[in-house]
Formats: sequence, C-alpha cells, structure tokens
Amino acid sequence: MSYFSDIYKGIKTLLTGMSVTGKYFLNSRKGAITQQYPDNRDSLKMFDRFRGEVVMPHDENNEHRCTGCQKCELACPNGSIEIIWDRKVDPETGKKKKMIEKHIYHLGMCTMCGLCIEACPTDAIKWAQNFENSVYDRSYLTRVLNKPGSRLKPGVEE
Amino acid sequence: MNHISLSITKNIHNWLFSIMPEGAASITEMVLIALVYLAIFAVAGLYLVLLERKVAAWFQLRLGPNRVGFKGLLQTMADALKLVSKELTGTDRADKFLYNLAPYFVIISSLMALAVFPFTKEFQAFDINIGIFFLIAISSIGVIGILLGGWSSNNKFALIGAMRSGVQTISYELSVGLSLLTMVLITGSLQLSEIVEVQKNGWLIVQGHIPAVIAFMIYMIAGTAETNRAPFDMVEAESELGAGFHTEYSGMKFAYFFLAEFINMFIIASIATTIFFGGWLSPFGVTESIPVLGVFWFLGKTLLIVFLMMWFRWTFPRLRIDQLLTLEWKYLLPLNLLNIVLMALIVWLNLTIQF
Repeated sequence: MSYFSDIYKGIKTLLTGMSVTGKYFLNSRKGAITQQYPDNRDSLKMFDRFRGEVVMPHDENNEHRCTGCQKCELACPNGSIEIIWDRKVDPETGKKKKMIEKHIYHLGMCTMCGLCIEACPTDAIKWAQNFENSVYDRSYLTRVLNKPGSRLKPGVEE
Repeated sequence: MNHISLSITKNIHNWLFSIMPEGAASITEMVLIALVYLAIFAVAGLYLVLLERKVAAWFQLRLGPNRVGFKGLLQTMADALKLVSKELTGTDRADKFLYNLAPYFVIISSLMALAVFPFTKEFQAFDINIGIFFLIAISSIGVIGILLGGWSSNNKFALIGAMRSGVQTISYELSVGLSLLTMVLITGSLQLSEIVEVQKNGWLIVQGHIPAVIAFMIYMIAGTAETNRAPFDMVEAESELGAGFHTEYSGMKFAYFFLAEFINMFIIASIATTIFFGGWLSPFGVTESIPVLGVFWFLGKTLLIVFLMMWFRWTFPRLRIDQLLTLEWKYLLPLNLLNIVLMALIVWLNLTIQF
C-alpha cells in the first residue's frame, strides 16, 4: 500500500514547502532585502568584508605604514601593484634607507583576490568599502595610494 | 446600480435595432461586445502580469516593480508599449504562414473561453447550454497554436518545447475534464449559469464535501499544468530550452503568447470559481439583493485562486518529463476515476450537504 502513503507524503511535503514560502510572503513587507540603491546612497553602508578597492590609510600627520618591502607587489598574481622606491637619507637617524616614492595600484587589473593585503607585514594596505568604481577614462583606474608628501610612520619597522 | 447598467445595455440594444436592420444590428452588437471584452481583458492581462511580478517579489523577499507610475502600477503598460514598438523578427526558412498564424491561435482560443463566464447575474456574453464542454474544447485549441509556433520557428529548442507542451496538455486535459465531470454529477447541467443557480443551496465544494475537495485538488494541479506554469513549465524551461516554443518570437507576437498565458491562468481560476466556489454568489448570500456586487465576489474568488497558482509557482521546483507523466497517468487519473465513482455514490444516496 505504498501507493497511498506516497500520495500522503507528497501532499504533506508540498504543504510544508508552501508554508515556508507563505511565511516569507507575509513577512516580506518587514524583511525585504532589496536595497533601493540610488535613493539610499547617503545611508547605504557596505558590510565589513566587502572588497571594493585597495587603499592605504594615512593618519592625521600624513603618515602611512608602508615600508616599501614589495611583498604585495610579489604577491599580486596579475601585476596590479607597482612600487617605485628609492634609497634616501632618513632625517631622524641620518642613515640611508629604502623608502617608497609611489605605491601604484591598477584597479582595472585587480581581481580583488586580497593576496596583497594578506601578504603585507605591516598592515599598510586594506580594503575599502567603496563600490562606485566606474569612471569615464581607464587612466583614472591607475591610482597612487600614498598621498603626496606622506612618509613612513615612525616605529612601524621595529 | 445593476438596473442602471442593464438598462444601459438595453438602451443601446434598442437604439441599434431602431437605426439598423435586424441582422446588421445584431452583428454590430456582437462586435461591440467583443471589443469591450478585448479591451477589458487586455488590460486585465497586463495587470495580472504586474500582480505576478509583485507576488513573486514578495515571496522572494524583494520589492518588485515600484518605479513606473505610483508604486509601479504603470510598469506593465510601459512594457506593453515597448513590445508594440519592437521589430518583428523571424528565422530564416521558417514557415512564414504558420509562424505568423500561431500567436493568433493561442490568443483567440483563450479570449473565446472568456465569453461563457457569468461574471454576475445576466452579465454573460454567451450563455451556452454546453458551457463546460465548450470550455474544455476551447482550452485544447490553444495547444495547436503552441505546436504550430514551435514547429514553424525552425529552431530545435522551440520544437522540443512545443512537443513537451503537446505531451503535457494532452495528458492533463484528461484530468481537468474528469474533475469537472465529477462536479457535473452534482449539478446535472453543463450550463454555467445553471451551475451557479444550483449553488444557491451551498457552494459545490461544500455540497460535494470529500469528493469535491479531491476534485478541486486534482483540478488545481491539472489546471496549473494546462497553463504551462511552474512547476509544470518544462515547455519554457529557461535553463534547458531558452524560452521554449516562443524563443523566436519578438515584439507583439511574443506579447500575444505572454498575454495568453496570463489570460489562461485567469480562465482556469474562473472555471474553479464557477464550478467549486459558487461563481458570483456571495458567501451565505450576504449581498443577494445587490446582484452587481457579484462581479466583486467573482473577481475576488478568482484572484484568490490566481494567487494560489502563483504560490505554487514560486514554491515548487520544476518537474522532470517522466515525473510529470507519472503524476498524471499513475496518480491523478486513477484517483480521478475513483473519485467519480465516489461522487456518483454520494449523489445517488443523497449524501450531499444542502443548505
């Protein structure tokens, strides 16, 4: 008699499914997950793990944490990061030291894999939550991450 | 209110017959009624599409169309305008005549079925005495349009979709017909106005209790399959066949197929309303004295059943073709035949519930 028990089970499982979607239907007004994007531009905040673009945070003294070790450049699988560096005299110690001139980041080539951020020993670069990355000319996608005139924050290298 | 509307139609009737010879006047009258129905149901079809999209969105915790017009009410109007303005394309070496004919088969068969529904007392275009038979016959013509469209498109996906539709519709028509036949055992008439009249002693789903509920369930399953909607939408299974039989159609011809799908859904729901839920009769006869409210009750019940079909669509996964045929031939059909015997016994032994 599995014929009739099959019918019973079939109807029961169908009703279970319908009750699940029915609950969603009744709660849709409160719990809609749609973001009405251009309207909520001011209040829209991306979640912490969102990978928008790579940025280099600077503190209020225009100091960053990048020592120019080039580990991010080596870690990047498709060459999105280019570091131009030089040996310059450190004003504090008077010794010659490796310093970055430009930390160049090609957003157009970046696949947001995050290997550079994992590789960085001094946490100099991190993800930004900015997602409006479209521009009218691709040259805008090449970005210099360190601000002009910025320097290494003292104490990072110790 | 009802008297006013009736007197309007009567006045038009008298006026037409006063200025024209009898034959010309009745033809003009028919054309007028056809135009009114066409206009009403074109708009109703558009709003059913909007309803479907909104309901789908709510089931999926989305918002649905809400930009065009107030709360998105003009969305499907805009879509229709877009479809009208689009180019009508076709494939090379398609059978041009059949290719162009197919959409009309589909849309005309679904519009013809609308003529026999009693929307309220005396608001019925065509009160034919074989109403249910006519409905079943007409609803089988639509599949010819689908088969023609799939065949003449010169596209293998369209052809597979059309063939699946043929298999499905021919199989499930049996169940639709037999479940309606079960109810005809109680009413003793095929005329839709007569069937509504019978239900003044209680809706048929109450009168027929157990077999009527079984018949309603079978009817809803088979009816959903007849309209080629999910979970029986293998005809246009997007992941397998592109868009199925209407892959090669564009613009207004595509819109005809699309509109016909939604009008068919409305028709299936209307049949269910008329046969099982008392048509335009109000629950417990609360608005018996105002017949014009019958339209409200009819549409309300119909939309509830339409909502049920949408609920099915956005809940259940698509069936495979062998599962589809197993469901029909091994489950629905034998149960249906048993159910007819049960109903016949109940009618014979006078076990129906009458108020």
